Amino acid sequence: MASVLIAALTLVPVLALAWQAAQGSEGLWSHLARHVLPHALGQTLILMTGVGFLTAAIGTGIAWLVTAYDFPGRRSLEWALLLPLAVPTYIIAYAYLDMLHPLGPFQSAVRVVLGFDSPRDFRLPDIRSMTGAILLLGLVLYPYVYLPVRAMFMTQAANLVEVAHTLGTPRRHILWRVALPLARPAIAVGVSLALMETLNDIGASEFLGGRSLTISVYTTWVTRSDLAGAAQIALAMLVLVVALITLERWARRKQRYSVSAQRARSMARQPLKGTARWMALGLCLLPVLLGFVLPASHLAIEAWKRIQFAGLSARLVTEAGNTFTLSALATVAVLSCGLVVAYTARLFPQRGMQAVHRMASLGYAMPGTILALGILIAAGGFDRWIGGMAKGVLGLDPGLVLIGSGLALGYAYLARFLASSIGSVEAGLSRIPRSYDQSARTLGHGIGSTLRHIHLPLSRAALAAGGLLVFVDCMKELSATLLLRPLNFETLATHLYGEAARGTYEEAAIAALAIVVVGILPVILLARVGRGIQ
Amino acid sequence: MKTAPVVIRVALASTAMIAAMGAAHAQELNLYTSREPGLVEPLLEAFTESTGIKVNTVFLKDGLAERVASEGESSPADLLMAVDAGNLADLADKGLTQPVESDVLESAIPENLRDPENHWFGLSMRGRVIYAAKDLDVDQITYESLADPEWKGRICIRSGQHPYNTALFSAFMSHRDAAQTEEWLTGLKANLARQAGGGDRDGAKDILGGICDIAIANSYYVGLMRSGKGGDEQRAWGDAIKVILPTFEDGGTHVNISGAAVAKHAPNREEAVQLLEYLVSDEAQKIYAEANYEYPVKPGAAIDPIIASFGELKVDPTPLTEIVTNRKEVSELVDRVGFDN
Repeated sequence: MASVLIAALTLVPVLALAWQAAQGSEGLWSHLARHVLPHALGQTLILMTGVGFLTAAIGTGIAWLVTAYDFPGRRSLEWALLLPLAVPTYIIAYAYLDMLHPLGPFQSAVRVVLGFDSPRDFRLPDIRSMTGAILLLGLVLYPYVYLPVRAMFMTQAANLVEVAHTLGTPRRHILWRVALPLARPAIAVGVSLALMETLNDIGASEFLGGRSLTISVYTTWVTRSDLAGAAQIALAMLVLVVALITLERWARRKQRYSVSAQRARSMARQPLKGTARWMALGLCLLPVLLGFVLPASHLAIEAWKRIQFAGLSARLVTEAGNTFTLSALATVAVLSCGLVVAYTARLFPQRGMQAVHRMASLGYAMPGTILALGILIAAGGFDRWIGGMAKGVLGLDPGLVLIGSGLALGYAYLARFLASSIGSVEAGLSRIPRSYDQSARTLGHGIGSTLRHIHLPLSRAALAAGGLLVFVDCMKELSATLLLRPLNFETLATHLYGEAARGTYEEAAIAALAIVVVGILPVILLARVGRGIQ
Repeated sequence: MKTAPVVIRVALASTAMIAAMGAAHAQELNLYTSREPGLVEPLLEAFTESTGIKVNTVFLKDGLAERVASEGESSPADLLMAVDAGNLADLADKGLTQPVESDVLESAIPENLRDPENHWFGLSMRGRVIYAAKDLDVDQITYESLADPEWKGRICIRSGQHPYNTALFSAFMSHRDAAQTEEWLTGLKANLARQAGGGDRDGAKDILGGICDIAIANSYYVGLMRSGKGGDEQRAWGDAIKVILPTFEDGGTHVNISGAAVAKHAPNREEAVQLLEYLVSDEAQKIYAEANYEYPVKPGAAIDPIIASFGELKVDPTPLTEIVTNRKEVSELVDRVGFDN
C-alpha cells in the first residue's frame, strides 16, 4: 500500500506534464521531424553509446583489477577510484575546457616545448566536440558502474571464481567466462544510471556544444516559450527510456543471481609480479588522475587565486551548510522510500507489484528540469488548493505550503532519485536467498522483524552505497533546486550556476571546489563501509 | 503509515505559522529574478540602505514564469526581474504582471524601452557588439556583412538559441524578411570558426587563443574583463580585443534590455513600485553603469569610461515589442539552418 503511494507520488509530475503536453502545440512535430530530430537523435545516440561503452569498460575493468589481483597501492585505489563521483559533469567540463584551451596550461606548455610563440601559429584540436563530451562524461560517470560491479565481484563471485580456478581455468579466462556473465546485472544497472545522468546533463553540453534531445526540450521551452511542446518532447524521450529499460530487463529475464550469502566473501587476490603490477597500478590510477586529481587541482589553483584576489565570501559557508543539510535529509527520505518499494516488491513478487516498482523509477529517466516543471505544476496546484481551503475554513492564509517550505524541493529529489535508491536496495536484497526469509518467517518473525534482523544487516553495504549515491546526487542537483527552492535559500550548486551564468567562472571555481570537497566526505564514508565487508 | 497524518498536520500547522509570522513583517518585498544575484545585489543593498525595506530574493534562471504562474494567487512574488525583452514580454503575455502608472518611470525610460501598456520597464541596456582581434584592420562592420564569405571560419558566437542571439536575429528580421534572414543565418553559420556555444566572454578568450578573429557578444562583458574585476587572465582577454559597434545597413546597433515588472498578485505592491522607481533613479542608474558596465536607460546618465571608449552608441530604432514578436519564427529558422550543429 505504502509502496503504491510512493510510486503514485513519483507518477504525479509525469501526469502533470502529460496534462501540460495535452494543451497542444501547433506544428511543433513537423518542424522537429524535419529540422531538429535527425541531428539531435543521432547526436544523442552517439553520445549515449560512447558513454555507455566507456563507463562499462573502465568501471568493470578496474573493478576486476582491484578485486582479483593484488598490487601496490590497491587498497587506497579501491576508494580513490570513487573520487570522480564527487565531480559533477558540468564541473569537469568547465575545468577541462579551461585547462585544454589554447591559452590554458597544457597547450601553453606544448607551445613552449615546440617553440611557438602564439596560439595563432600552433594549436591542438578543440575539446569542444563529441569525442570530448564522451571522454569527459565517461571519466566522471564510470563509478556508477565500478561501484555495483565491485560489490558483485566481492560478495558473490568469490565462490564461483574459486570453483572455476580449482577446475583449472586460468584467471584471465575466468574474467570472461565467469565473472563478466555474473556481473551483467550490476553492469546493466551501473550503465543505465550513467546513461540517465548523460541524458539529464545540460550543463556539460552547454560548455561543450553538443546538441542532444535534452537541449531541444530546453530550447522549445525557454526560447520559444512553448511549455506544451517541451513537455511533449520530454514525454517522447521518457517513452524511449522506458522502452530501453524494459528491453534490458527482458533480455535477462530468465536469470537469477542469488548465492548463499553465508559463504559470500572476498576472493583470494592473486598477487601480481614484475611489470604487471605497475601496469595494473597505472591502469587504475589513470581514471582517478583524469577524472579527479587533474580537474580538482585545477579548481584548487583557480580558487586559491580567486581567494587571494577577492577573499572568501561568508555566504559560501552558509551555502555549504544548506547543501549538506538538505542533501542529508533528502537522502534519508529517499532511501527509506526506496527500501519500502524494493522490500514490498520482494514480499509480493506479483506482476502488479513489479509494475508499481517500475513506475516508481520513472523520475530518474527524465531530465531534471522537466521533472522539476512537472512537480512545480503539481505542487503549485496543491498549494493553491490548500490555501483556498485554509482561507475558507480557518480564515488564515498559509502561503505556499509545499513550495514555500522547501517540501516541494524534497519531493523533487524523491521523484528524481528514487530509482537509484530502489536499484541499490534491490541489488542488496537480491543477494539474500529467499530461503532466509522463509526460515525467519517459520521461526515466527513478522515482516518487520525479518527486515530488521535479516535483510537490513545483510544488505548494509548495499544500503550505504545507495545512500551515498543519493546524497552526492542531491548535492550536485541543479535544475530542480534552481526552480523549486524557497526565497533566500542558496545551495552551492545554485551559487555556482549563478556565477557561471554571469560568465564569472573565476568566482565559480570556489563553489565548484566546495561541491567537490563536500562530495568527497561521503566517498570516504563509503570506502569505510566497503572495507567492513571484506 | 498510521502516524503520517499527524506528521502532515504538524508540518502544515507549522508552515502556516511561519507564513503568518512572515506576513506580519511589513516593509519588505519579495523579488523573483532571473538576473544573476551578483549583478542585482549592489542595487538591492543600496535600495535597502536608503529606504529600510528588506528585499528577499530567489534567483530563478529559467522557469520564472512557470513558477509564478504555478504559485497563483498565493505567490509571494512582488517584483519580477529579467533580462531580454522577450522574457519580459512573455511574463506580461501570460498574465503574470500588472500595469504600473508612474510619472517617475515614464519620464525616466524612453518609450521604445518599455511596454506601451506599462506592464514591464527596461532598466538598463546592452549592445550586441563585435569583439575583434586588436590587429584586425577593420573599424566598421554591418550585421549584414557578417554573412559575407570574407569571414569564412573566422567568427565565434554562442548558441543561436540563446536569447541574446534570438533577439539579434529577430531584429534582423524586422529589417528584412524571413527568407533573407534564413539566407543570412546560413551565411553566418558557414563563417563560424567553431561550433556555436559557450558564453560571450569565450569569444574574447578564443580570439586571444587564435581560434577566431571576431566574435559577436554583449558590450558589458568588455567592462568586466578590462576592469580587471575578473582577475588578470580576463584582463588579458579584454585587452586582446577591440570593440566595434556594428549597425544594420538601414539602422543602428541592436540593443537588448534588462528590466522588471510588478507581479499580478504582489502582496507588497507599493514597495515593489518603490523599488522599480528607485532603479531608474540617478543613483541606481549609476550603479548599473559602474558595477555592471551596462548602458543606463535614463537619457543623460553617465556611461562607464570603458564602455564609452567604444564610441557613440546609435541605438537601432526598431521597437523592442516588434522584435519580440519574431522570436519564435527566428528560433525555428535557427534550427532549420542547423546553426548550432
